[in-house]
Amino acid sequence: MKRQLILEDGSFFVGEAFGSLKETTGEVVFNTGMTGYQEILTDPSYCGQIVTMTYPLIGNYGINRDDFEAIRPHVHGFIVKEACVKPSNWRGELTLDEYLKEKGIPGLSGIDTRKLTRLIRQYGTLKGMICGLDVDPVEAAAKLRAMEWPRDQVRRVSTKSAYPSPGRGERVVLIDFGMKHGILRELNKRHCDIIVLPYNATAEEVLGWHPDGVMLSNGPGDPKDVPEAIEMIRGILGKVPLFGICLGHQLFALACGGNTEKMKFGHRGSNHPVKDLRTGKVAITSQNHGYTVTHESLSGTRLEVTHIALNDGTVEGLRHLDFPAFTVQYHPEASPGPEDANPLFDEFLALIRQFNKKGEVIHA
Amino acid sequence: MPKRRDIETILVIGSGPIVIGQAAEFDYAGTQACLALKEEGYKVILVNSNPATIMTDTEIADKVYMEPLTLEFVARIIRKERPDAILPTLGGQTGLNLAVELAKAGVLEECGVEILGTKLEAIEKAEDREQFRALMNELGEPVPESAIIHSLEEAYAFVEQIGYPVIVRPAFTLGGTGGGICTNEEELVEIVSTGLKMSPVHQCLLERSIAGYKEIEYEVMRDANDNAIVVCNMENIDPVGIHTGDSIVVAPSQTLSDREYQLLRNASLKIIRALGIEGGCNVQLALDPDSFRYYVIEVNPRVSRSSALASKATGYPIAKLAAKIAVGLTLDEMINPVTGKTYACFEPALDYVVTKIPRFPFDKFESANRQLGTQMKATGEVMAIGRTFEESLLKAVRSLEIGVHHLELNEAKTAADDVMEKRIRKAGDERLFYIAEALRRGVTVETLHEWSQIDRFFLHKIQNIIEMETVLKNHPGDLDVLKKAKGLGFSDAAIAALWNKTERDIYALRRQRGIMPVYKMVDTCAAEFTSETPYYYSTYEEENESIVTEKPSVIVLGSGPIRIGQGIEFDYATVHCVWAIKQAGYEAIIINNNPETVSTDFSTSDKLYFEPLTAEDVMHVIDLEQPIGVIVQFGGQTAINLAAELEARGVRLLGTTLEDLDRAEDRDKFEQALSELGIPKPAGKTAVSVEEAVAIAEEIGYPVLVRPSYVLGGRAMEIVYNRGELLHYMEHAVRVNPQHPVLVDRYITGKEVEVDAIADGETVVIPGIMEHIERAGVHSGDSIAVYPPQTLSAEVIDKIADYTIRLARGLHIVGLLNIQFVVSGSDVYVLEVNPRSSRTVPFLSKITGVPMANLATKAILGTKLAEMGYETGVCPVRPGVYVKVPVFSFAKLRNVDISLGPEMKSTGEVIGKDVTFEKALYKGLVASGIHIQPHGAVLLTVADKDKEEAVELARRFADIGYQLLATNGTAETLKAAGIPVTVVNKIHSASPNILDVIRQGKAQVVINTLTKGKQPESDGFRIRREAVENGIPCLTSLDTARAMLQVLESMTFSTTAMTEGLVRS
Repeated sequence: MKRQLILEDGSFFVGEAFGSLKETTGEVVFNTGMTGYQEILTDPSYCGQIVTMTYPLIGNYGINRDDFEAIRPHVHGFIVKEACVKPSNWRGELTLDEYLKEKGIPGLSGIDTRKLTRLIRQYGTLKGMICGLDVDPVEAAAKLRAMEWPRDQVRRVSTKSAYPSPGRGERVVLIDFGMKHGILRELNKRHCDIIVLPYNATAEEVLGWHPDGVMLSNGPGDPKDVPEAIEMIRGILGKVPLFGICLGHQLFALACGGNTEKMKFGHRGSNHPVKDLRTGKVAITSQNHGYTVTHESLSGTRLEVTHIALNDGTVEGLRHLDFPAFTVQYHPEASPGPEDANPLFDEFLALIRQFNKKGEVIHA
Repeated sequence: MPKRRDIETILVIGSGPIVIGQAAEFDYAGTQACLALKEEGYKVILVNSNPATIMTDTEIADKVYMEPLTLEFVARIIRKERPDAILPTLGGQTGLNLAVELAKAGVLEECGVEILGTKLEAIEKAEDREQFRALMNELGEPVPESAIIHSLEEAYAFVEQIGYPVIVRPAFTLGGTGGGICTNEEELVEIVSTGLKMSPVHQCLLERSIAGYKEIEYEVMRDANDNAIVVCNMENIDPVGIHTGDSIVVAPSQTLSDREYQLLRNASLKIIRALGIEGGCNVQLALDPDSFRYYVIEVNPRVSRSSALASKATGYPIAKLAAKIAVGLTLDEMINPVTGKTYACFEPALDYVVTKIPRFPFDKFESANRQLGTQMKATGEVMAIGRTFEESLLKAVRSLEIGVHHLELNEAKTAADDVMEKRIRKAGDERLFYIAEALRRGVTVETLHEWSQIDRFFLHKIQNIIEMETVLKNHPGDLDVLKKAKGLGFSDAAIAALWNKTERDIYALRRQRGIMPVYKMVDTCAAEFTSETPYYYSTYEEENESIVTEKPSVIVLGSGPIRIGQGIEFDYATVHCVWAIKQAGYEAIIINNNPETVSTDFSTSDKLYFEPLTAEDVMHVIDLEQPIGVIVQFGGQTAINLAAELEARGVRLLGTTLEDLDRAEDRDKFEQALSELGIPKPAGKTAVSVEEAVAIAEEIGYPVLVRPSYVLGGRAMEIVYNRGELLHYMEHAVRVNPQHPVLVDRYITGKEVEVDAIADGETVVIPGIMEHIERAGVHSGDSIAVYPPQTLSAEVIDKIADYTIRLARGLHIVGLLNIQFVVSGSDVYVLEVNPRSSRTVPFLSKITGVPMANLATKAILGTKLAEMGYETGVCPVRPGVYVKVPVFSFAKLRNVDISLGPEMKSTGEVIGKDVTFEKALYKGLVASGIHIQPHGAVLLTVADKDKEEAVELARRFADIGYQLLATNGTAETLKAAGIPVTVVNKIHSASPNILDVIRQGKAQVVINTLTKGKQPESDGFRIRREAVENGIPCLTSLDTARAMLQVLESMTFSTTAMTEGLVRS
């Protein structure tokens, strides 16, 4: 069945529908990863967005039991050149189409995704709508332009209540702003005793769990839409070692006096080089962010830029000069993407151990 | 890190002649590397024995040595030039092996030369099986169970332990030479014995066969700062068991989930870090299709065929950056040359599918074993890019130039079901076509998976293609279906066949209805950043990115995949043509599909279209670009063959007109032209029946040269000496009828001479004349050619020049032409005229200093040769002697007869240059891989017709102290002539027979001339194969033997006893 993608600038792409047939709107972004669509679909940071995959053949290895990054997908739509009808992989259980149907997410295939990507590159991310051919693009575009973006994505994707993921190692409180399971997986792998808290946990609540360290997760949207988290971070800073990823990184910067801004089209993919300014080494990282911490805003703060994006020089990592706290804009938990930055979790644990002079922590 | 300032001069080692397993990719890599090093301000010295390369152009390096790639000669160069460092990782296995030899011989230490890129230790760790396994164990990276064996006994012991099947991989050989999979004892004995012989260290790896696993490759790079990245990963459609060079390969991988992708990525990066490679590296892995289990198969610590493919597939110039890394630059400080804005330290993102299909030489070697295994057999490859897998695959198929434009092969169509199944179970070069046929016959994907172990993903995609055939058939004229079919990569020819229309009808229909392709850019980053790279591929989408400029443009057609008869020489000429077009102020646009070459480096031309060379695909580009014309002279027969169809579609051909091309190519028109010009050719006629052929032969007299009328590289050409042989040929070798006439020519025994010339309609410049060592009858590409001529009289040379000039003018040649002559006494006959660039253009350009392709291009574009300072006639002879020696890949092709004849068999060539003929030839022979032993034994077994001549050669061999071995018949003749000879038993006699003599290395040279019968059963065939498989030079022409003898004589002090009378008593 033919459906279309209409963009706020009035342009439209007619393609073949797959997944759910409902009408959807969202911010149209592109991801350049050639593998990892299942993880991308379920990364809560894409809440409110329509994701275009630049690689043309998507769904080749199907959808499997294991590679979800959240219980359910949060993307608002999924656009590909070709959605594989007959996937092949030993773990594959469903086709992309079957999965998106089951989860009620509209997909569109058969469009010139490279043209769409170039459009986004030129004009920046655009608001868009996936709908039937009966919708008039001119009217729809006007509506899209007038539309206000929701500001509650974090609330929508965060856990509603606290829950544990027990371990015998360090107690880590993980604030879920839209956490990818990968973060939990990496902490579990290191035997951490994890308490996951909702995004609006207060500093008192966090500290009430007597954490050895606090981890700020990734999440969707504009960090300025989550002022309660900024407050919380201010309340715990210096009292416990802190590690933030993605939205967690941006919130940390805001809490410490820095500023963030929306990027033209962001960084989304599995091939982003990040330079560690202390060692001069480059890691290839997995990224998904549409906002960034601005360099200028950091002067006068006690934050030091530790990592930058090699290509556009944007801030990719921060460290607090006085307190045991560091954050990165990218995804050391990978899934999907390269695992080059994985040792950052070890660094976090080393920081915890260094800070926690009360004695050795016994592992399971 | 900044580049190193402690080194100034760098020696780059090239890869030598083109052989199976080592082709044009190293010219591409070497050229990029030399230019990159020069760009950084280093003085570059290059050594390579292959004259048909861009890298040996004097503009590419500061100093170019065209000398044999042996320890002896390269050590000489090092001692003379005293470079600070050598870069061996760009010259394939040859370069790497040579570096190891130089280091082991102490030359590098003696001269204080540092190895750049990959340290000696790392080379050995990657190449030596035992060290490699030890390293993998240390890293915790899995390798299949295996054993290093040095004897057959050890092989038995291993098999007893783990059972069949096992894979044999000889150590230190090119393209897996001598290896294979054994499923039983018989195969074990055969393959292990050969493998041990082929390995220079008499060592083989036996390992558990993991056939059926997915074969995945990662191209990785690392710099001195330990930054490491993956440039590209690739998936072989053919599972493990077939050499990756012989596999159909796609990029990026299609069936790996992100976890599998990252698992193998991590392993690859761990390995390149552990080896400490500074540059590029190729890691081959096998992944279980049913679990996360994987094995590391092989690591190549250098740029490779796969890295050339990865460079073209992604746009990321691996060799260029590897060279810069070798001198200390790091990935994060180098700009990605494709985007010009971002850095080289990133991993390219593709937004298209790339398919590579190998090109096999089985059209030339009909008797060869076509089954594919761990030993590479392909001579070249094609690559295609599409936005669907099907499009990418079908574009690659029609790029192959094997007479198909779709997944359709006559042999497969007519094959019985059981034959079809066999062809799919046991992979041969045509398996893809049999799979398509099986799907047409209703065989399920599941069954095909069971037969072939090819992943269902790919089989389903092929099924999509087959299903589209039915849809097309059922909807003739339906534009929606047409559009879909084009999106799946269907050619107009395929659609036309299903719709009962002509190809041109379909094209016209599409043009009228706007179903035309657009061009997308290959930009390394999936459009995330703006790029200026002029590298495009066609696809059926909405947005076109190839913007036509105001500047008038010229399109050059490339030569497609490398095959026997059409090698790298044509790419050389194509590249020079492109450069000349740029110099002349036009925009140079190239269309080609060979990923190995310099011509498909996006920085060579103003615009590169990576497309099949078919009329349809070329017309699409022409319709968009509207060039002032198209040049077809430099792309070999590939481009020439398109000329007529392009002109019929209204395209302007630049240079020699189609009519004149035809006058040279069409037999009847050519004869007419010759008689008008008064130039003699050997008597001959065209026969359309067996009777007619016999009548013609009787009329002109035996021996006669027979061949089908339209042939490439002398295919199916033979010399027959009597009526019986002629009848045999007519019945077995050709199918004669009025549509397929056979040419019967008088065979003139004489010297063969080859000339290349440049003409502009008035002036005819002859840069040089080359004399062939082997008499007429041996294909010119397989002959040793000498410049300047050594034995031709001034009269003959004048005649040759005169005929050349008359032919060039008479055929209205504008551009290049190549003529083959035969000289008998003072008579000169024309054998053949090729109105295009030839195999000898690079050789002749380099040795005479006349930039032939450049001049020809400018003449084609309208500049007169006289204006460029050239006049009609033969250019003054350059000092020195230069020989071009052919190189063969027989060791890699079982069941192929190595005897030289009218059919071309060589895959590459080397140059030998020095002040005398003997010295030059010595170098040429050595460079071609022949070990010249100053003493030893020569084994003679010659045909009756050659016995008389052999006597003279035998005597001279005896005079320099060679022992003579001969089979009975030949020995009788020698004995009768009073030459001492040891008789060796014939093949069927008891041991030790002739084969044992060869196997045991008791002969240093074998001279064997052809007895009739090409069938593998003949004794001569077995003798020749045995020699090849044991690495002993086997000369099948007495002319070659005589030339070699001349070299030996010049190296040896003859010892003559004093004449009695002179001794004082």
